[in-house]
Amino acid sequence: MKVDIYERVWMWGVAVVLAVFFISTAVAAYGRQFHPPSHIETIDPRTALTDPRMAPQGVSVDADGRVHVRVVGVTFAWLPAEATVPAGTPITFHLTAADVVHGYQIVGTNGQAMAIPGYISQFTTQFMTPGEYLIACNEYCGVGHHMMAGKLIVVPQEDWEPPTASQSPALETEEVAG
Amino acid sequence: MTTPAPGLASTSERRLILAHVWVVVLSFGVAAGMAMMQALSRANLELPYRSARMYYMSVTGHGVLMALVFTTFFIMGIGYVIAQKETGFIRWRKFAWAMFWLAVLGTALAGWAIFTFRASVLYTFYPPLQAHPAFYIGLTLVVVGSWGWAANMIVSWRAARRTSQERPVSLAMHATTVNALLWCLATLGVASEMLFLLIPWSLGWVETVDPLLARTLFWYFGHPLVYFWLLPAYTIWYTVLPREAGGKLFSEPLGRMVFILFLILSTPVGFHHQFQDPGISANWKMLHTMLTMAVTFPSLVTAFTVCASLEVAGRLRGGTGLFGWIRRLPWGEPFVAACLLAMLLFLVGGFGGAVNAAYALNSVVHNTAWIQGHFHLTVGSATALTFMGACYWLVPKLTGRELELRLLAQVQPYLWFGGMVLFSFTNHVTGLMGLPRRLFETGYADAAQAQTWESLTSVSALGGILLFVSAGFFMLVMLGTLLAGPRKEQPAIVWAEPLAEPAGGFRNGLWDRLGLWFAVAVLLVVLAYAIPLWDMLSMTRYGSPGFKPF
Repeated sequence: MKVDIYERVWMWGVAVVLAVFFISTAVAAYGRQFHPPSHIETIDPRTALTDPRMAPQGVSVDADGRVHVRVVGVTFAWLPAEATVPAGTPITFHLTAADVVHGYQIVGTNGQAMAIPGYISQFTTQFMTPGEYLIACNEYCGVGHHMMAGKLIVVPQEDWEPPTASQSPALETEEVAG
Repeated sequence: MTTPAPGLASTSERRLILAHVWVVVLSFGVAAGMAMMQALSRANLELPYRSARMYYMSVTGHGVLMALVFTTFFIMGIGYVIAQKETGFIRWRKFAWAMFWLAVLGTALAGWAIFTFRASVLYTFYPPLQAHPAFYIGLTLVVVGSWGWAANMIVSWRAARRTSQERPVSLAMHATTVNALLWCLATLGVASEMLFLLIPWSLGWVETVDPLLARTLFWYFGHPLVYFWLLPAYTIWYTVLPREAGGKLFSEPLGRMVFILFLILSTPVGFHHQFQDPGISANWKMLHTMLTMAVTFPSLVTAFTVCASLEVAGRLRGGTGLFGWIRRLPWGEPFVAACLLAMLLFLVGGFGGAVNAAYALNSVVHNTAWIQGHFHLTVGSATALTFMGACYWLVPKLTGRELELRLLAQVQPYLWFGGMVLFSFTNHVTGLMGLPRRLFETGYADAAQAQTWESLTSVSALGGILLFVSAGFFMLVMLGTLLAGPRKEQPAIVWAEPLAEPAGGFRNGLWDRLGLWFAVAVLLVVLAYAIPLWDMLSMTRYGSPGFKPF
């Protein structure tokens, strides 16, 4: 196939751009371990709120001292609606939904994942700047979609107190869900 | 009777194509009205009947009518035009009519469900949001109707190929047939989702449905769907625009290659819509990312070819200098202006698309207003504006009538362009700020972060108003032309001539072997989907019952 010289040059240029895309994507992903949330784990959505993997909802610290946030989406609320986490610390979010699909989005950050009933999503991120972050639902979930919101409060590491078991927000959960 | 429009010989053939045009125009009009309502809602204007329920219903109506009905009927109509011109007549005409009415019936069923508030599930209809069965059955009928069309294109292509063993079919026929093949491959996903999951579930025959499996099947279909919209616009840019602009097609054989590359690369990429989904491993998402990036290649080749063809046109019209040819293009011709402005918007849309598909960047833009900003530049401009322009070019030829209200047709593409710049660009910006898409209200009870985007959402609403005026102009021109345009014999359809014909003429080459390339496409789809789909199916999965919170 005879191709005009300018077009040939153009096509090679496009090939080079593509190569840059491929390499930079691969370096970010495998070199710096930056992956989209791709956890694979299933859960019965009917018992999502009480399943030990997702309850109690809210902030907890595991035996190794790592901070976890467990969140369940229901129409039209995030459970818990508010969570306080330390800045500059890796936080692992565990998400699922009890009814329809929701999208957990921490506005102003790249922290987000879909909350799909029957599946547990998970991602780990850090927040460098203390402050209040709006948590939106970014997947249409019904007539109250625009009202489904929560709050993530990021406090300086030294001001943060790990929640004790008695502060577990499970009861609050019952109330909101009912 | 109308004067016979040359190039489209029989009245009954024209009637078939015009029937498609009518559905295009009417569905577009209704969908544009829905869009206007959403725009005003975004601006927080207190309108009568304004409610969240109404808003989400209208988002569903707008999405289904624009993305699935307006586009599909236009694509079927222009396909028949191309096949008729290629082989001298439209094959299986009764069958084509039956398929047309089936698709109309499907549209009516789905439309009934939507407009009676029984299906506010948006055009992505992710379960476990559950619509009325009529919604799913209706949309399935539209797809079945389009399969009849696809078969028609393939049969016409074979007939054209038989009559000329050596010389390839026209680029227009090649492109349309590729699109039909792409559509057959793509709709396997949505047809399985409908037939095996959603329809039985909505009818109550099965209790539950797996939301992730449904999303996966949807996006298996959803990405090639955007190429199904886009390829006819490309076809028009390659085969009609150069001539209408006064030039020739720069490199015909590369055009053939471009369409084949879309056939093989458009389907095995659906996971780039599911980056944020659980249940799919990162490595498979990465493979889909790489394949998605590769689609950039045919698009950028198209950018070169089309620009070069336009430069030929501009210079033949007396343009000189590095950029002087641009000014000489017929910017006052409705069809040409629509295509040129559609391409300009698509340039921006294409860059945004690369961001969406980027493995890491997607976390910043997924499901934000950025996405609706993006696809209003692609399907909403590259496709829709080109289709509107193509109606200005085609409808006079079908009806034997002059374009009525020509001034409105000349202004309309510019209004669309201006409206889209305001609407889309602000949506890109607010998306980066974190504003989610598809929201009735964007205030979030006065949350501090939500304050930052409040004034910009009003700018996007202003864009929406300009778009609505533009849509209104299009409707007036179309209805005026169809019903009352002055009768006058119209020039025949002639495809753009290639700039240079190789010694010995064009011959069938590698890129003309559609069967071979279809097989390659199927192979790639199996490679990209078989294992992750198998993994998904072999997990212990819990289905979901239906919910109707709308």
